Amino acid sequence: MTAVSPLLEVHDLHVSYGRVEAVQGVSLSVGAGQIVSVIGANGAGKSTLLGAIMGALPSRGRVEYAGRTLAHTPLESRVAAGMTLVPERRELFSSMTVEDNLRLGAYTRRREGAGDLGGVFTRFPRLEERRKQLAGTLSGGEQQMLAIGRALMARPKLLLLDEPSLGLAPLIVREILRIVAELRDAGVTVLLVEQNARAALAISDFGYVLEGGQVRLSGPAADLAHDPAVVASYLGTGK
Amino acid sequence: MLGPVAFSLSAPSLASKGLALNIFDPAIFPILTADGLTNGAVYALLSLALVLVFAVTRVIFVPQGEFVMFGTLTLASLQLGRVPGTLTLLLVLLAISTVLNVVEALRRGDGRAAGLAAGSGVALGAGVWALTTTLAAAKAPLLVQVLLTLLLVVPLGPLLYRVVFQPLRNASVLVLLIASVALHLVLVGLGLVFFGPEGSRTPAFAEGNTALGGVTLSNQSLLVILVSAVLMLALYYFFDRTLTGKALRATAVNRMGARLVGIRPTAAGSLAFTVAALIGALSGLLIGPSIAVSYDTGFLIGLKGFVGAIIGGLVSYPVAALGALLVGLIESYASFSLSQWKEVIVFTLILPVLLWRSLSSKHHDEEDE
Repeated sequence: MTAVSPLLEVHDLHVSYGRVEAVQGVSLSVGAGQIVSVIGANGAGKSTLLGAIMGALPSRGRVEYAGRTLAHTPLESRVAAGMTLVPERRELFSSMTVEDNLRLGAYTRRREGAGDLGGVFTRFPRLEERRKQLAGTLSGGEQQMLAIGRALMARPKLLLLDEPSLGLAPLIVREILRIVAELRDAGVTVLLVEQNARAALAISDFGYVLEGGQVRLSGPAADLAHDPAVVASYLGTGK
Repeated sequence: MLGPVAFSLSAPSLASKGLALNIFDPAIFPILTADGLTNGAVYALLSLALVLVFAVTRVIFVPQGEFVMFGTLTLASLQLGRVPGTLTLLLVLLAISTVLNVVEALRRGDGRAAGLAAGSGVALGAGVWALTTTLAAAKAPLLVQVLLTLLLVVPLGPLLYRVVFQPLRNASVLVLLIASVALHLVLVGLGLVFFGPEGSRTPAFAEGNTALGGVTLSNQSLLVILVSAVLMLALYYFFDRTLTGKALRATAVNRMGARLVGIRPTAAGSLAFTVAALIGALSGLLIGPSIAVSYDTGFLIGLKGFVGAIIGGLVSYPVAALGALLVGLIESYASFSLSQWKEVIVFTLILPVLLWRSLSSKHHDEEDE
């Protein structure tokens, strides 16, 4: 499929909530150094898929990361191994300062020193201005930046982003996706889950379309963006 | 003099003698205040432990006072040259937690971790056993006995967490509370078995008195206040400045967020229980010289710390500490003028606080995960 070697491979993943199977046998592959996006409507199982890959939800199937099968590996060990998830709900430490949130992002690297606080501030100057402010007092866009910044503090090899554009103004969405593209150029592999299909495919190398918990379509992002079925269902005709 | 349950340092009970009782008498007020602060300092420490454990693990830790009791009575046993029953409890808990760890590692298919867990469990148990039996028979100096007491009581915190609360970590607050009450009853019972029904005192760490601006305080009281203050400052530093302390706070603020940055909730819970046991054991050592502690004393002491913690809404450390100091002061004044109503007054205090909190604070649903 892709020429690059895969960093993450998912084979036949199933996730159930009680009797409802939210993810039904999804297989996907994320090449090292790529942005791969998963697009789909609300309730297609996108967030569940990311949660299961990260180990936050119990699942059946095989997840391989950097050539290792993650079976009984708990979420926290996956973080230590270089996977980080920026969840849709962001899950910030709202009553702690921006700086404390970031420093805690480097928790798994605490033996190696402070982590890359300067690097995150260079990427998100807004966070440096607000470093002493409580995370809960930030605007939505700033909270999203903080959530991504906190994830970057762990110096991840694989960044899982769940709906980073949700609820944000178009200008800020563009800014955040630009930074995601920069991260790829800096060597971070990204698995991006988005409802905003047009914006996601524009920066992605490869894409999957999820419907009802199953992969309906997949292909290079540029092809998907012109696929008539995708255009009709997810991109619409307007802007 | 005092019943085994009474907890009053030295406030003289004059009510029975029919004297005019004015707590604001300039000769008496400072003494009562000093007494109240001494008790209050210990309650404040316990309230901090309760808030910490609840915030990190959602356990309302009823047996906090039992760590106090184990602290005093373990030292008292060592003073008598006996091997304290605490050792038995520690070894049993260590054995159970080792088995749990080995089984868990084997289930993961990690043979090396299983071997490591088994080996370290056996080595730790053997080491503590050898050290305790040797030092107990040798009647070691007081400081060594104090350190040995801490070595025996503090690990009970993380071990009880591993054996009782870690398997229940996804249970509701109510289930955790029920487990907590059960554990309290078990520990009180074990206290009776290990140490007998009699109360014991431990020797004072500081002799003599110091006059401070017209008030004479025993050096022991000063030591209690000083050690409590230092411990609180140390806790403040730990939570505000160190990454480990911040990780504990982060777990309390947002458990999922903490997991996403790689903080294990079980490690955080274990650490919270370690700090709680340390605070409890130190409190027991601090009050041991002032009051006769028996197997059932811990509950009432812990409960007063709990009143402080409730005043702080189980979330605010400074408010909890101030509330606990207030409990100590009120108890001291009440024990002087209305000694038979002392406990009634102290625990009635919680009613207006709860009423005020229920009216003023927003209702929080149980944290969704």
